[in-house]
Amino acid sequence: MLESKIPSGPIEQKWEKCRFEMKLVNPANRRKHTVIIVGSGLAGAAAAASLGQQGYHVLCFSFHDSPRRAHSIAAQGGINAAKNYRNDGDSIHRLFYDTVKGGDFRSREANVYRLAQISVNIIDQCVAQGVPFAREYGGLLDTRSFGGVQVSRTFYARGQTGQQLLLGAYQALEEQVAAGSVKMHTRSEMLDLVVVNGKARGIVTRDLVTGAIECYAADVVVLATGGYGNVFYLSTNAKGSNTTAIWRAHRRGALFANPCFTQIHPTCIPVSNENQSKLTLMSESLRNDGRVWVPKKQGDTRPPGQIPEAERDYYLERRYPSFGNLVPRDVASRAAKEVCDEGRGVGPGGQGVYLDFADAIRRMGEPTVREKYGNLFDMYEEITGENAYKVPMRIYPAVHYTMGGLWVDYQLMSTVPGLFIAGEANFSDHGANRLGASALMQGLADGYFILPYTIPNYIAATPLEKVDTSSPEFSCAKEEVNRRVAKLLSIQGKRTVDSIHRELGKLIWDNCGMARSAQGLKSNLAKIPGLRDEFWNNLKIVGTGEELNQSLEKAGRVADFLELGELMCGDALERQESCGCHFRIESQTPDGEALRDDERFSYVAAWEWKGEGNGWELHKEPLEFEYVHLAQRSYK
Amino acid sequence: MNLTLKIWRQRDAKSAGKFVTYGVQGVTPDMSFLEMLDLLNENLQAKGEPPVAFEHDCREGICGSCGFLIDGVAHGGRRGTTVCQLSMRFFKDGDSLTLEPWRAKAFPVLRDLAVDRSAFDRIIQAGGFISAPTGGAPDANAILVPKDAAERAFDAAACIGCGACVAACPNAAAMLFTAAKVTHLNSLPQGQPQRHRRTLDMVAAMSREAFGSCTNHGECEAVCPKKIPLEFIGRMNRDLIRATLHSGSD
Repeated sequence: MLESKIPSGPIEQKWEKCRFEMKLVNPANRRKHTVIIVGSGLAGAAAAASLGQQGYHVLCFSFHDSPRRAHSIAAQGGINAAKNYRNDGDSIHRLFYDTVKGGDFRSREANVYRLAQISVNIIDQCVAQGVPFAREYGGLLDTRSFGGVQVSRTFYARGQTGQQLLLGAYQALEEQVAAGSVKMHTRSEMLDLVVVNGKARGIVTRDLVTGAIECYAADVVVLATGGYGNVFYLSTNAKGSNTTAIWRAHRRGALFANPCFTQIHPTCIPVSNENQSKLTLMSESLRNDGRVWVPKKQGDTRPPGQIPEAERDYYLERRYPSFGNLVPRDVASRAAKEVCDEGRGVGPGGQGVYLDFADAIRRMGEPTVREKYGNLFDMYEEITGENAYKVPMRIYPAVHYTMGGLWVDYQLMSTVPGLFIAGEANFSDHGANRLGASALMQGLADGYFILPYTIPNYIAATPLEKVDTSSPEFSCAKEEVNRRVAKLLSIQGKRTVDSIHRELGKLIWDNCGMARSAQGLKSNLAKIPGLRDEFWNNLKIVGTGEELNQSLEKAGRVADFLELGELMCGDALERQESCGCHFRIESQTPDGEALRDDERFSYVAAWEWKGEGNGWELHKEPLEFEYVHLAQRSYK
Repeated sequence: MNLTLKIWRQRDAKSAGKFVTYGVQGVTPDMSFLEMLDLLNENLQAKGEPPVAFEHDCREGICGSCGFLIDGVAHGGRRGTTVCQLSMRFFKDGDSLTLEPWRAKAFPVLRDLAVDRSAFDRIIQAGGFISAPTGGAPDANAILVPKDAAERAFDAAACIGCGACVAACPNAAAMLFTAAKVTHLNSLPQGQPQRHRRTLDMVAAMSREAFGSCTNHGECEAVCPKKIPLEFIGRMNRDLIRATLHSGSD
C-alpha cells in the first residue's frame, strides 16, 4: 500500500532523474486543468503562484480574510540554505546530514537530500522577489547559525523571516490573481474532500461570512493547511490553525503518518494565567547569544541578579559541551523539563528557566544585541513587563510544530491519487524532530520547486474523466457537511467549545507531551472517547449556521482534534522507543538521553482510518539509511 | 479587576448596529486584551447570548488579523502594539471602555468588530510585487543591496496590513499602507524595473477602492503597530511625481 516511489540511482541524482522522467503538459492545455490549493501559507501560496505562472487554472482557498494572514507569517528565526557563503564547511551533503541526524533517523533520506539541494534555489527566488534579508555592509547576504548545527547557514530578515517570506509568496500569488490565473477564495473553509472513482476531484467548503456550503471540482487537490499543534489547546500556533482539512482527507482515505511526532519548542514565554489563550515563542536564534541556566539549589527564590555565578547551573553547556546552548530543540526542551521537575525552575509555579544575555551585552554591547534581537526583546517586554536587557528572560518549552502529517510519496502525493500534501501538513522531511529554520525551507521547497513538477506529471500521466459538481459524490459530501453543521448547532448543551478544547489539550500535554509512558497513554486512550461523547452531547453553540459564527467554526475544528488526539496517543503507545521529540520514559540511556530502537522501529507509522468506531490500521514504511550512518545522536 | 465595555454589535453588513454595554469581572493584569474578550465571550455564551465577533489569529502582533478601536484609538493607543499584544496591566479596575470596528467606507463591517479589508489585497494586486516567476532567479549574492537600502526596505516591509492607519485617518486614506509597500519594493535594486508602473498603479487602485486622500494629519503613523514612519508617504509622493513625468516620455 505504501509505495514511496523513490527514484533509483545515487542520491545526488535522484531528483534530477525524476524531473527528467516526469511527463509535461503542453502550455496550451494547461489552462484546461483546474488545481485546487487549500491553504495560502508558504507552501500553498508558493504552489498557487508557481502553477498560475505555468498557466494552470488555480483555485486557492483560505479561511483567513487574506492569504497574508497564514501562520507561516509568525516564523521568526530564519531559513536554512546550503549556500556556503560563509566558507565555513557547509555543503548540500552537510545540510542533508544535519537534517537526517537532527530528525533522529526517522525521515526518508531521498526526500531530505532533495530538500537540501533545493534550499539554494529558494534563497535565489526569494531575493529576486524582493524579500529584504539581512545584509552585510558590502551588500551581500548575512547569515547566522541556529540550533543543532555548527555552520552559519541561516538567512534571516530580523526576527520576522516568516513574515517576509510569506509576503514574497503572497505578492507573487496576488500578481497571479490580477493576471486571472488564480482565483482566490478567502474566508472559505474546507470541510470535506470529494473522491470520485478513487481520485481526489474536489472539495466542499463553508463560506465563513454567509455560511453557504459550496462544492468545487478540480483535477488535482493540494492541501497546504499547516500543522495540528493546537490539539494541545495551548501552543505557539495561531488560534485558527487546525487539522480539519487533513483530518477530513484522512477520513476519505489518506493515511496519517507519525501523528505523535510533535515538536516542543524550548524558548517560549512561560504560561502566566489560567485564561491564557496561546503561548508566545521567542525565536531560538536567541540561543546563539543567550545562556540558559537555573539555580543550582532547589527552590532558590532569589532574584537572578543576586545568584552568584558559582551557584548557577548552565545545564546545557555543562551536559553538552560541544553544542552548548545550541543543542537541537528536543534536547533543549527535555533538559528544561528535567531541571524544573527537580524543583530548580524559576518564575511563577517554577515552570521556567533563565535565558541570560548579560554576557552577550558585555561582549558585543547593547546596541548590537538590540540590532539582532530588538523586536524579540520588545515583544517579551510587552507581554511580561520585564526588560530583558536588564534581567534574564524566563522561558519554558511549548508545543510548536508537528512533524507528523498526511503520508506522502516522493512526489508529495498522499495515498489518495490526485491529493497532494505540502508544507507542515505532510510528514515528509523532518523525521522525529525538525531542526530550526527548516520549516520555511520545506514549505517553500514543496511549493515553489516540487509540486510545480509533480502535479503536471500527475495530470499528464493520469486519465482524468470529466467531473463536475453535479456528480453524486459531490452532493453526498455536501449533504454530509450540512448534516454535521446542523448536528453541532442542535446539541444545545452546557459547555463551550473552548472549555472542552482546554480539557483535551491538558490530557494530551500531560501524557503525550515532552515525556510519554505506556501508562499515561493508555489512560488518555480511555479518557478521550468520553470527552468526545461529552462534546457531541453537551456542547453549546449560540447562533445559526447562516451567519459569521466563530464558535461554530471552532467547534468543527475541535471535533476533529478530538479524533486526532486519540490517534496521536495510539501512535505514541505503539512506538515503544524514544526518538527525537518522542520520548518514551521506558526507553532511555543510563544518563537520561533518548534511546532509539532501530531494530524494531526504523519505519514510518502510517495509519489508515477504518471507519467510524472501527479504529485504525497501522501500515509501515521501512526506512533505510544508505548515506547517513545510523548512530545514536550525541551533542555532548 | 472589573471593567465595563460598551461594544458595537452588528449582526451582518446589512443590519443596523448599536452599542451594547457589558460588564466583565475577574480580569487579571497578566491577561491580554483579547483574553479579556475571550472571558466575556465565555460568559455571554453561557447565558445563551451570541459572543462578540472579533478577528484574531496569531496573537503575537504579526498576522495583522486583529484590530478595533478602544475609546476611539486604533489598537488601544499603546505605541507599536496590536490589540492582541495589549496587556491588561495597562488598565485599571473600574475602567469603562468603548470598542468599535474600523470605520471606513472601504472596510465594510462584517459583524461586530470584524470588517472586510480585502481592498488591501486589491491594492497589492495592482502592483505590490516584483515579477519574478519561479525558477529564473540569479544567484542571491549576484544582487548587491546596500545595507541602508535593505534596512529601509525592511522597515517598510514590516507592515502587517491590519488597517489601523485607515481607521485612524480622518479621511480614511490608505496612504501609509500603500506607501509602505511602494517604499519596500522601490528601495531595492530588484524593484527598479517596475518602479514607475508600480507606483502609478497602486495609487490608482487606492482611489478606486474608495479610500480618501492624504491631508498630512499623521494619525496613521501614531497608531501604526509596526511604527511605519510618515516619511514613506513623502517618498511615495516623490516617486509618484517622477513616475507621472516618466510615463509621459515613454
